[in-house]
Amino acid sequence: MSRVNAAGEKGRLIRLAESDRAPLPFYLDGVERQAMQGDTVLTAVLLSAGGLRSAEFGLEKRAGFCLMGACQDCWMWQEDGPRIRACSTPLKAGMRLLTDPPKTWPGELP
Amino acid sequence: MTRVLIVGAGPAGIRAAAELAGAGLRPVVVDEGARAGGQIYRRPPEMFSRPAKVLYGSEAGKAGALHGLFDALLAEDRVDYLPNRTVVGLSDGVAHLVGPEIGERCTFDRLILATGAMDRVAPVPGWQAAGVYTLGAAQIALKAQGVALGRRIVLAGSGPLLTLVAAQLLKAGADVAAVLDTAPLATQMRGGLKMALARPGVTARGLMLRARLGRRFRAGVSLERIETGPSGPKALHWYDAAGRSHTTTCDTVALGWHLRAETALADLAGSAFDWSETWAQWLPRTDVEGRAADGLYLAGDGLRILGADGAELAGRVAARACLADLGLSTDPAAQSRDLKRLRKMRRFAEGVASAFPWPAQMVRDLPDETVLCRCEGVTAGELRDTVPLSGPDANRVKSLGRVGMGRCQGRYCQLAAAELISETTRLSSAEVGRLRAQPPVRPAPVAALVSDHDED
Repeated sequence: MSRVNAAGEKGRLIRLAESDRAPLPFYLDGVERQAMQGDTVLTAVLLSAGGLRSAEFGLEKRAGFCLMGACQDCWMWQEDGPRIRACSTPLKAGMRLLTDPPKTWPGELP
Repeated sequence: MTRVLIVGAGPAGIRAAAELAGAGLRPVVVDEGARAGGQIYRRPPEMFSRPAKVLYGSEAGKAGALHGLFDALLAEDRVDYLPNRTVVGLSDGVAHLVGPEIGERCTFDRLILATGAMDRVAPVPGWQAAGVYTLGAAQIALKAQGVALGRRIVLAGSGPLLTLVAAQLLKAGADVAAVLDTAPLATQMRGGLKMALARPGVTARGLMLRARLGRRFRAGVSLERIETGPSGPKALHWYDAAGRSHTTTCDTVALGWHLRAETALADLAGSAFDWSETWAQWLPRTDVEGRAADGLYLAGDGLRILGADGAELAGRVAARACLADLGLSTDPAAQSRDLKRLRKMRRFAEGVASAFPWPAQMVRDLPDETVLCRCEGVTAGELRDTVPLSGPDANRVKSLGRVGMGRCQGRYCQLAAAELISETTRLSSAEVGRLRAQPPVRPAPVAALVSDHDED
């Protein structure tokens, strides 16, 4: 698996073990990527990207912090459906994840 | 039949469940995890293959016994297990859950909270960057996912987890550039003596792990700042015990100063709290068996940071207290035996707490531009400016200055904020007060709350 993505950005994480699981494809910002069955969304994204989302209150990216559901740093957008907490959500085949809110968000109030 | 709800399926929750099931009750166990075990004995997904010895080291036997115990309760259909769910609110006899089903609720007659602990983190300039994590995060990534959080990692903070995570990462093949402990060696030796008197074997194991770190390990350091670029950390700048300046290049930093009890639900359920000088945090008030209020029992690291062995004992003890209050028969000899063991665990844990203290002075010295609240980017200077307007009460400072109002709900900033309020006002942390927990204690989709409302 390539450790450099289309934007030339290195993935943050590296696999040290358990690397013989079945592959699982997903999409990050519209680009197809490969992860493995049993990966969390956070693991899958950060193996090929440097962040999960942009910070709302700063210039930096966010890439998770506690990995145990306490800090809420790792919420990610999907093309459709609710935001998900990347550290505690198992990756599913074909998931379409976004590092920035969809262009339609927050939409217009009725 | 009386319905006892247990929140958390770590060492305390599992032991409590087994004790209740053994007395003929059918407890309900709500767990944020997908598989029972908690954090320290967290289990990877089913398709992972590393053996327990690799995952849990010297504690593999205990982890296996706990997992086996809970799996047996499930196989024999003696508990109701609700994994992947968070209790976000409590009303009279009803727990409000967020999980796979919208608006799920769980009624209960008695409540046992075994909510565990999280890393106690102090801000370091630059810690808001992507690529700065907690020590617990580094361990979870390795154990539950088989990954290292970066290519070149610096671990910093203080406490048993610092040494343990470093040793585990090195063994797994990660590049750990430095392991920096802010506790001076003399402080560690004084606390270590208390630890060794209470539990010599455990203390010796810790020292052996420490020895594996070699010259990467430095005690008595102070952390200056994390140098960051667009892709995250580039280096950690720090001072050694003699005051010499050092720079360690890295792409990842993991921080933690021992642990902080997760007490939000105990607060909602009506527990009283006291400021603990020993643990330098607010902790729930209970009797020796874990009774916090009528029908409310606390156990494990969410009550006192005694570690996994202490949590197993506390889970059993709280469950027996619950059974006794229900007028059911318990084994008083077993209870007094466990209480005696628990006292030993407590002596050890007090040694740990004094060996690896909260870095109060480092926090007080933070430059104004340091981000204090990671969620919303509120700085130390903004908090210092807020205090003259808000007064010293932690909740008023939160209302006006927003420290503690972000998504983590103050879990990772409130101790540092209290330290700075205390520095500004010369009041003690106890006088500054405690942030009140607010439901939902984790972010919840609006739909969960709307459907609750519709049923009323």
